[in-house]
Amino acid sequence: MTANQKIFALIVCVVVFLMTIELVRRRRLREEYSVLWLSTSLLMFVLVLQYNWLESLTRFIGAVLPTTTLFLSALLFLLLIVVQFSIKLSQISSQLKNLGQENALLRAELEKMTCRETEAE
Amino acid sequence: MSRILIVIPAFNEMKKLPGVIAGIRASIPDAEILVVNDGSADGTAEVARKLGALVVSLPWNMGYGVAIQTGYKYALSNRYDWLVQIDADGQHDPRDILTLLEPVTSGACDFVIGSRFLGTESYRPPLVRRIGMRLFSKLLRLLTGKHVTDSTSGFQAFNAEVFTFLTGDYFPCDYPDADLLLLLSRAGFRITERPVRMYASSDGRSMHGGLKPVYYIFKMLLSIGVTLLRVTPMRPGGKR
Repeated sequence: MTANQKIFALIVCVVVFLMTIELVRRRRLREEYSVLWLSTSLLMFVLVLQYNWLESLTRFIGAVLPTTTLFLSALLFLLLIVVQFSIKLSQISSQLKNLGQENALLRAELEKMTCRETEAE
Repeated sequence: MSRILIVIPAFNEMKKLPGVIAGIRASIPDAEILVVNDGSADGTAEVARKLGALVVSLPWNMGYGVAIQTGYKYALSNRYDWLVQIDADGQHDPRDILTLLEPVTSGACDFVIGSRFLGTESYRPPLVRRIGMRLFSKLLRLLTGKHVTDSTSGFQAFNAEVFTFLTGDYFPCDYPDADLLLLLSRAGFRITERPVRMYASSDGRSMHGGLKPVYYIFKMLLSIGVTLLRVTPMRPGGKR
């Protein structure tokens, strides 16, 4: 990797990391969703600085260029985060369904009770 | 006294509902009727109420499976003994309700499916649908040993144990049919079929259009597969 590439990569990692922290601080991002952002940017930062680690990893996965490893890591990160969202969405859909049903049943109960009250009057 | 609840999931069926309700009252006057209004934009709920039916209205349209499960939850909290589910669009003949209830009320079975293929064939669904139904029938027979001719029929009757079981989160809410039967079978419930009459939906509207059949097949196969992989909660006193 050239010096320019390294500097650019390091800047991106730092910016992503700090932005994520700031979003969590402002409560715009929940902690559970920040895990992947923080760990990936930190990992990439360390790998660029400890360049020999990045080179070993590159050889290990069978890639040629260390930049390839970084790209692959970014893709893997995106994949993982989408999986996290799918799981969370499934959970929320289920909860929403139950909530909608509860709402309907409670409303019916309420109407029944209101009817009884008006009849008693 | 045994209480029967007839659950009618309805989405924009204000025109057909009066006929269905009248038919049910003629067949089984002592049963209570619950219309689950699945986010209808027309006057389905008002029409149902005026006809003296109980009405539960879902806050937005959530689909057939969620609507009937709401019916099960209602039956559970109001302690009914038996439940019959029937479509709101007139496809199912209310005169067959007693035929469906008989095996359940007599205690011979837990769950009855009204099959359009036993006895007189009153309505043949389109070819694609028939092929799908045959495929899942064969698959079900292989997996449960039970011969089911009409796994997609929504015309069903069951006892309190079954609808209590189905109020849980393992009820498949998308298209509950073959995978539901597999689940019930694995939980130890006794399933049977009875012949019923069915009619084509007169305005030609179908719940299944466009890419939905493709998704349906995919979803069914996946659901059946994972049902086999899961540990099924057992009904109390049931045998596997």
